[in-house]
Amino acid sequence: MLIKKAPDIRSSEITPKSVYLRRREFIQGSAAALVAAGFGSLADDALAQGGLPKLPNVKKSPLSTTEPPSAYEHITSYNNFYEFAPGAGDGPKKNSTKFKATPWTIEVDGLCNKPAKYNLEDFIKPYALEERIYRFRCVEAWSFVIPWVGIPLSEFIKRAEPQGKAQFVEFTTLHDVARFPMQRTDVLEWPYREGLRLDEANHPLSIMAVGLYGEVLPAQNGAPIRLMVPWKYGFKNIKSIVRMRFVDKPPRNTWQAMAPSEYGFYANVNPTVDHPRWSQAREKRLPSFIANRRTEMFNGYADQVQGLYAGMDLRRNF
Amino acid sequence: MPTRFRASTPEWTSGAISEPAAPARPDAAPRVRRVKPITLVRVAVFLAALIPAARLVWGFYTNDLTANPGDYITDQTGTWTLGMLFSSLSITPLRRFTGWNELIKLRRMLGLFAFFYAVLHMLTWVVFIHYFEVSFMVEDVVKRPFITVGMTVFVILFSLALTSNRFAIRKLGRRWQSLHRLAYVAAIGGVIHFWWLVKADITEPRRWAMGLAVLLGLRVWWAYRKRASSRASLQRAAART
Repeated sequence: MLIKKAPDIRSSEITPKSVYLRRREFIQGSAAALVAAGFGSLADDALAQGGLPKLPNVKKSPLSTTEPPSAYEHITSYNNFYEFAPGAGDGPKKNSTKFKATPWTIEVDGLCNKPAKYNLEDFIKPYALEERIYRFRCVEAWSFVIPWVGIPLSEFIKRAEPQGKAQFVEFTTLHDVARFPMQRTDVLEWPYREGLRLDEANHPLSIMAVGLYGEVLPAQNGAPIRLMVPWKYGFKNIKSIVRMRFVDKPPRNTWQAMAPSEYGFYANVNPTVDHPRWSQAREKRLPSFIANRRTEMFNGYADQVQGLYAGMDLRRNF
Repeated sequence: MPTRFRASTPEWTSGAISEPAAPARPDAAPRVRRVKPITLVRVAVFLAALIPAARLVWGFYTNDLTANPGDYITDQTGTWTLGMLFSSLSITPLRRFTGWNELIKLRRMLGLFAFFYAVLHMLTWVVFIHYFEVSFMVEDVVKRPFITVGMTVFVILFSLALTSNRFAIRKLGRRWQSLHRLAYVAAIGGVIHFWWLVKADITEPRRWAMGLAVLLGLRVWWAYRKRASSRASLQRAAART
């Protein structure tokens, strides 16, 4: 008995971004005011905005996918964020309503010539914000299409001037039990850590995301700043980052430490290498009851990134 | 244990023998049918046991099953299979602690509810996870220990449900009780299945495991005490002669 429901919002109903971005002109245009008022609110509903501060001057990017983005409501109510709640679901949304992302400091250190501590504003101020609509594939075999707003990670790396010995970059999440209630438990090893090879981090697709749907990130999606490397499983994309450290050895990431047989350092999306407890061949593009899509190698970014792994045994380096 | 309660005595199945009808009293006033407390409890437990399923149906219609409804339903039905199974295993301790032996009348119903939720859980696996693809299902059972265990539990619950009727009780005689002791194996397997499938947070499976330890521990303790007391009475008897 399979009852398939149409998704809440058909892509045909989503207001084109260009129209959406000009909605205030619509509303302000006096002649069309009445009609446009209705239209404007429709656009807001369709995109289900979070009502968070809007990010200014966001450029579009040719690296975005043309697939229609998932609904804001779904992206922000189905999350894995163990600092707020264990397991995927709306726990992170419910438990993060009081989370404050200010003040926020980011430390850049390790094998680099310009170690420094930044306020978040100073950290991102020199760079232009770009919209990057990326496929997002969780290791639990579900996926979204997400319109992030961010800055290429390579910009931050360039500014830090990594030394020749630096081969990897390690990221750390904020450790603060007052802001992350689950850090009182021992569900994971806190603080959450992740790492990339320096060439992966410098890849044009790798970004530090600070926004979603043109607004600042909601807490449950990793406010105020998170990693987004779209050809890797979701857990690589560490949230609420406070530290970036250049190192010469592969950093031990949290999930690898938890279960080395299940989660590797690379965590590249790979339909041919199963998780020990489930197949990775297919995925659920949410919202969906069933696995409605075939998972693509490197999450569909193979053309851009497979060169990074030439000659490597991806079965061993999973 | 010298319990002569009808439902726990397989051989004693005839209602006509165990509850002889009262002799007709033509002169008696018309009898008022009283509802027995256990009947009320049975109805209440029956309705309560349907609540988790009703909530899923309600969630389906109000679109409130998260963005990943398949996984959500799988989790919920799995949890409630364990819930019902544990409830059925709690009946015997409850009877002993309260002395209310009629509670036994809830046990079969709770066991069948465990099977009911297990069927739904199984269906989510067949439909949502594998979409009827038999080769994927076979691979899953063979390759993944937590699925193997889960499937074993399902087979046990299925056989217990099949034999949860008077006909089977009569037919199987003493073997019926041995067979239905597999309920303990099902509970242990259910907890292992849960433990092996969680990613990191073992809080919940650990809670179930502790509950299981209590339920099984009580039985071990009772068996130990029974042996000790029968040994003591043997010694007393020996001392008197």
